[in-house]
Amino acid sequence: MTAPLTQRQIARGRRRAARRRNWLIFRTHRSGVVGLVVLSLFILVALLAPLLVPHDTIEVTKATGGILEPPSSEYWLGTDQTGRSVLALCIWGARISLLVGLLATAISIVIGTLIGLMSGFFEGWPARFLYRFTEWFLVLPFLLLALVMSAVLGRSLAIIILVIGVTSWPSTALLIRSQTLSVKERPFLERARALGAGRWHQMTRHILPNVMPMVFANTTLTVSIAILTETTLAFLGLGDPTRVSWGSMLEDAFDVGAMTTGAWWYIIPPGLCVVAVVLSFNLVGQALEETVNPRLRGR
Amino acid sequence: MTSMTEEHLLHVRGLTVAYQTSEGPLPAVRGVDLVVGKGEVVGVAGESGCGKSTLVSTVLRLQPPGAKVEGEVRVLGEDVLTMGWGPLRALRWADASIVFQGALHSLNPVQRVGNQIAEPIRLHEPKLSRADVDDRVNALLEQVGLSGERSRSYPHQLSGGQKQRVMIAMALACRPSLIVADEPTTALDVMVQAQILDLLSGLVRDLGVGLLIISHDLSVLGDVCDRVVVMYAGRVVETGGATEVFTDPKHPYTRALSDAFPLIGDRSARYAPAGLPGDPPDPRELPAGCSFAPRCRHAADVCRAAEPPLIEVGSGRSAACVRVGEL
Repeated sequence: MTAPLTQRQIARGRRRAARRRNWLIFRTHRSGVVGLVVLSLFILVALLAPLLVPHDTIEVTKATGGILEPPSSEYWLGTDQTGRSVLALCIWGARISLLVGLLATAISIVIGTLIGLMSGFFEGWPARFLYRFTEWFLVLPFLLLALVMSAVLGRSLAIIILVIGVTSWPSTALLIRSQTLSVKERPFLERARALGAGRWHQMTRHILPNVMPMVFANTTLTVSIAILTETTLAFLGLGDPTRVSWGSMLEDAFDVGAMTTGAWWYIIPPGLCVVAVVLSFNLVGQALEETVNPRLRGR
Repeated sequence: MTSMTEEHLLHVRGLTVAYQTSEGPLPAVRGVDLVVGKGEVVGVAGESGCGKSTLVSTVLRLQPPGAKVEGEVRVLGEDVLTMGWGPLRALRWADASIVFQGALHSLNPVQRVGNQIAEPIRLHEPKLSRADVDDRVNALLEQVGLSGERSRSYPHQLSGGQKQRVMIAMALACRPSLIVADEPTTALDVMVQAQILDLLSGLVRDLGVGLLIISHDLSVLGDVCDRVVVMYAGRVVETGGATEVFTDPKHPYTRALSDAFPLIGDRSARYAPAGLPGDPPDPRELPAGCSFAPRCRHAADVCRAAEPPLIEVGSGRSAACVRVGEL
């Protein structure tokens, strides 16, 4: 009974070694490390927001500052039109932006992978139908669709996540479909059929593991798009009105004319946050792809 | 008659396969008869494009969906071409398995080879416990001359010969009665070729399974086969005992094939490497009469008149040439 245990220990040791090796490779990408640090910082701040700044500070009725005060020692990034600290708003906004980004991406990746896999694997009318379905979603003006959906369905956080999720999957689906088409023709799939394998077995055991790196690489890209979309929707006034996000901050700033009155402290911080997070996700994604894909390692 | 077919592991009768192409139907196999018995090794020889691989694919009904198939293919007495989807899946690999051409690509690059060998076992015997499957995989690896530790390797960590051994282990996984080896030694160097062939013929002897082996290399077939079938342009042109067919070929095409391998030490062969001019005919535009006539040195008017039938030319031997007696 000890033999299988030791075998498992060997496997665990190997996995650890592989992780260490991957980390060493990842570390050589300086931009990726910078992205990771920035990202970790944002995630940490978002998680610790209730400890850093009590929720009271971002409630309009309990605001303590003056209207649109410039940065001072008390309010590092100034105040908004209701006297709330912009820094506190940015911190609380990080929670919503990251949450929406990650959850919407999860929805989008699951739908995109499923539909891409099926439309690439099946033949005949089901494949054609799924492909047309994907194309239909792709050519629909993305923002317009999101606008209409959130206007019809309401303006809660869950709806926003759902709307972004179900409108951003087509590019993932197309990518997975093309990869599936090429993997499908490889001889080991004929072998799988000869083994007596059904469609489900072929898709999950043979094609999916081969398209997984593509899925991962696409995930980081989709996260940035999801965060940008959330910002856009919130800026257009379609966010959850009860919650503060970077997008809703930008909307408020625009509404009170922060641009014309020169209240730069109300516009630049949330904008920079969006840019920093989106950029970090892309940098990490790039480095991750080069780590995982040996062909891009450039040795 | 039924007892006859049940004795045969593989029974192919009047098999015709035509692919649908934009330029009309392409007959890849035209009326092939073939029988493989228990413990028997049968070879199929022929150039590229003569229909060998198409023949293999029909054994487990793996031909492309557009192909039009006529005739009869029976594995252990069951008609493969007309059976339902469920029984077909059960038959695949459990009764007959395939060692595919090009082991290098027939293995999934992102799965450990042990998992891939276990795949048919898990598919066909889902009730088996994990430990039992692992034991069986290790036993299979040892059976093909690899250590059990190899099950943890990925395909890219193995050499070409090792990969082919893995493919053979996989073919044996569900203890089939019939194994079809499609060019099992292509892309392997000569030493490894010999090892793989030894392994295959040894397994056939020990396990008493039937083996249908496809190759363009007559020296491969001559060594391991009991009987051979020579194909040209989708038809059988000669059959018989392996040694007799290659030492005393009756059909001009078989003669050209065996002459293409020069005898080492034979000076005349060295200075006159006998080849065969020209290419096999386009299956869409087969010549009238004998399809080999345009490349045949001995072709006469009678050859171009009608397609010659397979006629008996000795004990257990037949050839499809009208001029067999004269040459």
